[in-house]
Amino acid sequence: MDSIPILKIGSALLVTIQVDMHDQLATRLQDDLTEKIVQHRARGVLIDISALEIVDSFIGRMLANIANVSRLLDADTVVVGMRPEVAITLVELGLGLPGVKTALNAERGLALIGGVSAAGEAADDADDD
Amino acid sequence: MLCAGVMPLVVGGGILAVSDKKNLVSLFAEGESDILANWVSTLNLGEIRMTRQEAESQGRAVLDALAKAVAHGNSSDMRGGEFADVRDVLQAFSRSRALQGFSPTETATFILSLKRSLFEQVRKTTRPEDAFDLLSIVSELIDRLGMFTIETYQKTREELIARQGKEIEELSTPVVKLWEGIVALPLIGTLDSGRTQVVMQNLLETIVQTGAEIAILDITGVPMVDTLTAQHLLKTVSAARLMGADCIISGIRPQIAQTIVQLGVDLNVVSKATLADALALALRRTGRVVTKVKAPSSGASQEQPAETRG
Repeated sequence: MDSIPILKIGSALLVTIQVDMHDQLATRLQDDLTEKIVQHRARGVLIDISALEIVDSFIGRMLANIANVSRLLDADTVVVGMRPEVAITLVELGLGLPGVKTALNAERGLALIGGVSAAGEAADDADDD
Repeated sequence: MLCAGVMPLVVGGGILAVSDKKNLVSLFAEGESDILANWVSTLNLGEIRMTRQEAESQGRAVLDALAKAVAHGNSSDMRGGEFADVRDVLQAFSRSRALQGFSPTETATFILSLKRSLFEQVRKTTRPEDAFDLLSIVSELIDRLGMFTIETYQKTREELIARQGKEIEELSTPVVKLWEGIVALPLIGTLDSGRTQVVMQNLLETIVQTGAEIAILDITGVPMVDTLTAQHLLKTVSAARLMGADCIISGIRPQIAQTIVQLGVDLNVVSKATLADALALALRRTGRVVTKVKAPSSGASQEQPAETRG
């Protein structure tokens, strides 16, 4: 079964969704991501959905779930690159994704998380002392 | 008999009898000035809101065209080429009346009251045995002229409405770039679900194009806000948020603020009273401050936001 790669950059995790999401893939991503957050002690998760053209309520809920799980594990989630049509669809579905941070593109998303991860590293350094 | 829909002036099951046609032609040719004088005098000018001069010149134009049409008109069809002049005159009359805001009655009464004057003329000039046939022809002719006038009137009004509708549509959803990274959406008119869709699409497209981080929704021009409108606003706000742009709502008038609270709507969005306040906040959020330049006499005397990004 194929899966979506999860890259580690500093203390953040980068997920780029390049294929059409089907439900199994979404569940798998959720599981993998949770594992990786714990494994890498990640402080931020960046999900790039600029290639995602179709969303349904399941994918929408998956995004909200990932955000909630990450928050429990003390990591911020940023969803970046959402297309206008996707945004309108999600809103019409009643999924405003409260609690999920958003940014226009990956660059701004990284800047959002960058602050978090730098602060995290500083905290980590302080712990090490 | 007459066919519905088309406008042939055919009476008695076919082409006019030769004697009737001759009578009709001579009716107009010989009595034109009498008919006109009679026509104008029977008009209730106050009721149809025309001056005597207007009525006279307009009436003469109609009668001239009619006389010519009847004289040349082999076919008695109002859509035929012989009646082109009549149609033009009536069309111009009806169009201008419609555009100036006169009512259909005020417009059509002018044409329809020609009938009485013509009847009078028929009574005076025609032998009783021919009068009935001629009357029915004249009556029918005037009815058709009246119908044509009303039709033109209505067409003009419909064109007007269609044009205004289009203009409103075009005017209603502009997205303005106020500053680098800041766009504003001045909403004007009622926000129904159809318009919300257009507004939302416009806004999101602009966010993608300009890379704006902050969108200001200005609702100064929204006449009333009910629960549905508030819901539409919130939808737009959350769609923009999903694209990574923050929204500020501005231009909430005092009554509207009260209405929103009384309705129990929780807007839950940053809101400012005026667009100026919203812009100031947006500038501050993007790390800019608006300061007054000290010496107003120098060349650049306007307020310039200092470009100090944080």
